[in-house]
Amino acid sequence: MAVEIGGIGQSVKRKEDARFIRGRGNYVDDVKLPGMLYLDIARSPYAHARIKSIDTSKALAIPGVLAVITGKDLVPLKLEWMPTLMSDRQMVLPTDTVLYQAQEVAAVVATERYIAADGVAAIEVDYEPLPVVVDPIKALQPGATLVREDREQKDNHIWHWEVGDKAGTDKAFKDAEVVVKQDIYIPRIHVSSIETCGMVASFDKINGKLTVWMTTQAPHAIRTVIALVAGHLGLSEERIRVISPDIGGGFGGKVPVYPGYVLAIGASVLTGHPVKWIEDRSENIQADSFARDYHITAELAAKKDGTMQALRVKTVADHGAFDAAANPSKYPAGLFHIITGSYPFAKSFVEVDGAYTNKPPGGIAYRCSFRVTEAAFTIERLVDVLALEIKKDPAELRMQNFIPPTAFPYTSSLGWEYDSGDYGRALKLAMDKIGYAELRKEQAAKRAKGELMGIGISSFTEIVGAGPSKHFDILGIKMFDSCEIRVHPTGKAMVRLGVKSQGQGHETTFAQIVAEELGLPVGDIAVEEGDTDTAPYGLGTYASRSTPVAGGATAIAARKIREKAKLIAAHLLEASPDDIEWKDYKFQVKGVPAKSKTMQEVAFAAYTNHPQGMEAGLEAVDYYDPPNLTFPFGSYICVVDIDRGTGEVKVRRFVAVDDCGTIINPMIVEGQIHGGLTMGLAPALYEQINYDDDGNIQGGNFMDYLLPTAMETPNWETAKTTTPSPHHPIGAKGVGESATVGAPAAIANAVVDALAHLGVRHIDIPITPWKVQKILKEKGVAE
Amino acid sequence: MIPASFDYAVARDVGHAIQLLGTSGGEGKVLAGGQSLIPLMKFRLAQPALLIDINRVAGLSAIKENGDLRIGALVRENDLEANPIVRQRYPILVETAAVIADPLVRNLATIGGNLAHADPANDHPATMLAVRASVVAQGPKGERMIPIDELFVDTFTTSLAPDEILTQIRIPKPAPRSGGTYLKLERKVGDFAIAGVAVMIVLDASGKVASAGIGLTNAGPTAIRAGRAEDVLTDQMPDDKTIAEAASRAAAAAEPVSDLRGPAAYKKDVFRVLTRRAIVKAIARAKGGA
Amino acid sequence: MAVETAPATTTGTRRMKVHVTVNGQAHEVEVETRTLLVHFLRENLGMTGTHIGCDTTNCGACTVLLNGRPVKSCTVFAVQADGMSVATVEGLEKDGKLDPVQEGFHEEHGLQCGFCTPGMMITAAALLAANPDPSELQIRQAISGNLCRCTGYVNIVKSIQYAARKTRETAGGKAPDGG
Repeated sequence: MAVEIGGIGQSVKRKEDARFIRGRGNYVDDVKLPGMLYLDIARSPYAHARIKSIDTSKALAIPGVLAVITGKDLVPLKLEWMPTLMSDRQMVLPTDTVLYQAQEVAAVVATERYIAADGVAAIEVDYEPLPVVVDPIKALQPGATLVREDREQKDNHIWHWEVGDKAGTDKAFKDAEVVVKQDIYIPRIHVSSIETCGMVASFDKINGKLTVWMTTQAPHAIRTVIALVAGHLGLSEERIRVISPDIGGGFGGKVPVYPGYVLAIGASVLTGHPVKWIEDRSENIQADSFARDYHITAELAAKKDGTMQALRVKTVADHGAFDAAANPSKYPAGLFHIITGSYPFAKSFVEVDGAYTNKPPGGIAYRCSFRVTEAAFTIERLVDVLALEIKKDPAELRMQNFIPPTAFPYTSSLGWEYDSGDYGRALKLAMDKIGYAELRKEQAAKRAKGELMGIGISSFTEIVGAGPSKHFDILGIKMFDSCEIRVHPTGKAMVRLGVKSQGQGHETTFAQIVAEELGLPVGDIAVEEGDTDTAPYGLGTYASRSTPVAGGATAIAARKIREKAKLIAAHLLEASPDDIEWKDYKFQVKGVPAKSKTMQEVAFAAYTNHPQGMEAGLEAVDYYDPPNLTFPFGSYICVVDIDRGTGEVKVRRFVAVDDCGTIINPMIVEGQIHGGLTMGLAPALYEQINYDDDGNIQGGNFMDYLLPTAMETPNWETAKTTTPSPHHPIGAKGVGESATVGAPAAIANAVVDALAHLGVRHIDIPITPWKVQKILKEKGVAE
Repeated sequence: MIPASFDYAVARDVGHAIQLLGTSGGEGKVLAGGQSLIPLMKFRLAQPALLIDINRVAGLSAIKENGDLRIGALVRENDLEANPIVRQRYPILVETAAVIADPLVRNLATIGGNLAHADPANDHPATMLAVRASVVAQGPKGERMIPIDELFVDTFTTSLAPDEILTQIRIPKPAPRSGGTYLKLERKVGDFAIAGVAVMIVLDASGKVASAGIGLTNAGPTAIRAGRAEDVLTDQMPDDKTIAEAASRAAAAAEPVSDLRGPAAYKKDVFRVLTRRAIVKAIARAKGGA
Repeated sequence: MAVETAPATTTGTRRMKVHVTVNGQAHEVEVETRTLLVHFLRENLGMTGTHIGCDTTNCGACTVLLNGRPVKSCTVFAVQADGMSVATVEGLEKDGKLDPVQEGFHEEHGLQCGFCTPGMMITAAALLAANPDPSELQIRQAISGNLCRCTGYVNIVKSIQYAARKTRETAGGKAPDGG
């Protein structure tokens, strides 16, 4: 029965594949409208400079160039600044000063894409370079170059945020038998979805209606932002339609509002023509929001036997020139205080200071829920540092300390209530699957021969599904999400949601939830997202929130329909509703299986033969406010081999055991884990965005920003345990980001483990061959 | 990224291409595989006034053995890698072609372009130094042979005259008891080399090194020959100590710069490591091993 | 050996009419000489299945077959393709029947956001045409010029293995003389 329905737990093949495998996806750059113009952007070569003049005459002289927009042109429109999601503001175009390299300086509108590019090349800007600050720690020192002259506060400090029991934690450290301390830098990285960002904006002057096709993970929130930012220009929310068509990967990079979007809308309003703006990869990497960039000092206090007692963490967060992170308002450092991880620290204290630097805005996710990777990496690295300090096997130390399964729901010392977990079971499974004991033996034998191999563990706990409205909002909008279901007379259903897939397979998985709840075949259920004119309001897809939040909305909307359907079924079966039960995906009279009605029969009746006094139709909508977050977890074990001559690290094996609660579609979950693991491998060994002292980006394109290929990526091995979330309607927790969160620490721990006998305790990621080889040289073991 | 406008001409034959180059006043560029040139044009780092497409010129795509090995300048990297003669007798060329950029790029990228672009990060130059190749340059006055050691003048600069076109690469037939290999360390597949080392060894009947060729990729403004390292090996029994000495000499010859592919000191040491490994592998091949 | 003197046309052209056969259909379009093949396909012919993911010839989202070989169409000028044949993702399905590669990507969950998928499938189809029974390593090498940010490649490898199996089975089912 379940197989026919394609309900929860089935590896239903994806419905959305049909168009993608035929090249019939509809991405923003595929949208072409009559009379459409093209916008391209001139960008600053300097990280900090005064703009003395902008000469647009040569650009305007090019046939086909219709307009050049500069910051000064935006002043009368009050559009030169826009608010960020974090109570800061960001330049759309500068009026006098640029604050980072590749910042937008002017926009060219032309009849063709190629002519717009010619226009950009012809713009001449006279800059006066200013002193640059790229290091956030230096930026916070007195006398540092001031990044934001526009603020009243004349330093680079953005905010201080802290949580936990400072005095109690300090005391615990004072009294501790063992304290380990580690400085950890988690470098700036970039999501680099293969589709860059872009927009087609089409303003209908007569009706005052603005339609935009946009690479956004949160179309409804964007609609509201447009109304708030440009309301004074006559853009009114009921006449703004945001369409997020097929999205070629998001990973957090398509949550913020970038200046290019505002410029495309402005250009369409100005010209009355549709305007397309599509970023180049270089622009995408150099100017769009970054992730990470956390300078962390972490300390762990424990007993000599390894019992963990207290955690103390101090962090400087580099946010670039604007605090344009995409965090819930209340949490400027996101959910970083999940940093106690899988361990029951009695006392803990975390503080974070945000700093401005001459870099593009940072602080968005990179396939992780609001700073959760930073947290998971730090604690899982620190646990290994402790293991080395007290000479204990890192698996044993974890097993000794895990929050026990009986302790859930568990309230952490930093205030989170973990919903469910069984950490020991996941680690045990991972150890069995990879053959942990044998690997340790192999390692010992190899060490005796001078060969370097390492085994690394990461037993992470995530926090996703933002979030309960009492704690979570973005720009004041509570972080609920929504689902609307319409069951048509013929028993087919249309499902619309406030979230937006960027590859996660929503058209399939949400249909499976509805199939399970209503007994309709998954093939009869159409899922639509991303059009604000039709979808119910929602906050969008990021931070692994679609399944925990919109998935809850979907289950509950379906249950509302089932409640009404039950009344109709009772009417059809001439029985009391109390005598009707839902069994085997049908309504039946209790104890009389022969007397039953299918959902299709009920749906038809809802429009043709519904009980007197009942509203016709079979529809429901739910705005789901989750009672709590969800806490997926897992244990990963990685085996690496190190080349003693070149310092190269090769991931030989990687076993990932994930527990994301109830699984809707095992095939899709496994695919999400594979992808997440590769995006965990990437920052561990390859990806990093650096800046030189002048603020020049190092690695601002795909030649130097090193996305792993199929050759670097190992053949991931996966397994699962299932510990449902007790508070979620179907017990699901979300999985899209777990692997990105958990994998980097496993890889870093494996490399450090390979070198641990030489006294190595930590290497900052990305662990490049030259970092490793330097250590090998210093320790005298290089080839 | 959109290239600037340019005039485009399809060369019918080499003579036509040379004539077009000559009349372009130095503003013409030859388009072969385009896999280096077109990206530069998209970033507008190259803005040739005239693009002379030689892809339709007949007779530049052949690989034939005629005493020496003659490779047409338009031979695509994947064709070089797949060629039966090359696979059978010139494994060093197969190994070099196989690590250039990625498989898709290699379907268009040409061996002639790889050399004529004179990028010290390109892989063929080091290999050609190791095998002591020559290139054929054709200009208005006819053909001339340029020994590989005289081809690379500086980064992106060769000894080709502005109106000369590189048409063919000639590689001496491998001597008996010879073996060669190309080893490249890269940050990830598809990348330019952190360091690359090409080694060609010929042994005499006694097992001594009769001759050695060692070329280094990304070791300075041009690909370089590690002549001192070659000298250390020549006429010697290639024992561990000699090989290690040669490797150190190669590293000493390398002048890499610190960049996103690592600090200079690291790269220098990788030249040592790769040179040692490459010599060992080349000798094994010379002795009939794989 | 002296070079024979070529007839005198020393200047090139800025616009040119190109004849290109795309997925078996002939097209004749006048373009600016700087038009990249990928833009020619997407803008001039409206075939938007071929995507653009970078500007440095790294990502392979724009992969098409040019005279049967997979190339990055962002690094070829349309004028270079004059007189040649191009195959794109839109041409994989023939007579309403999916190519085994397309089938494989669906069956083995070889795609998520779908953006790299057309280029990835074109590369895979070319691989299987040249090597009907590739090893996992050969598959990984063949797709090493195509970046995917979603799948971690594991299921892409499986998809191509599925297609290889399927192609061999279909071929095996034919008459020994190949029919």
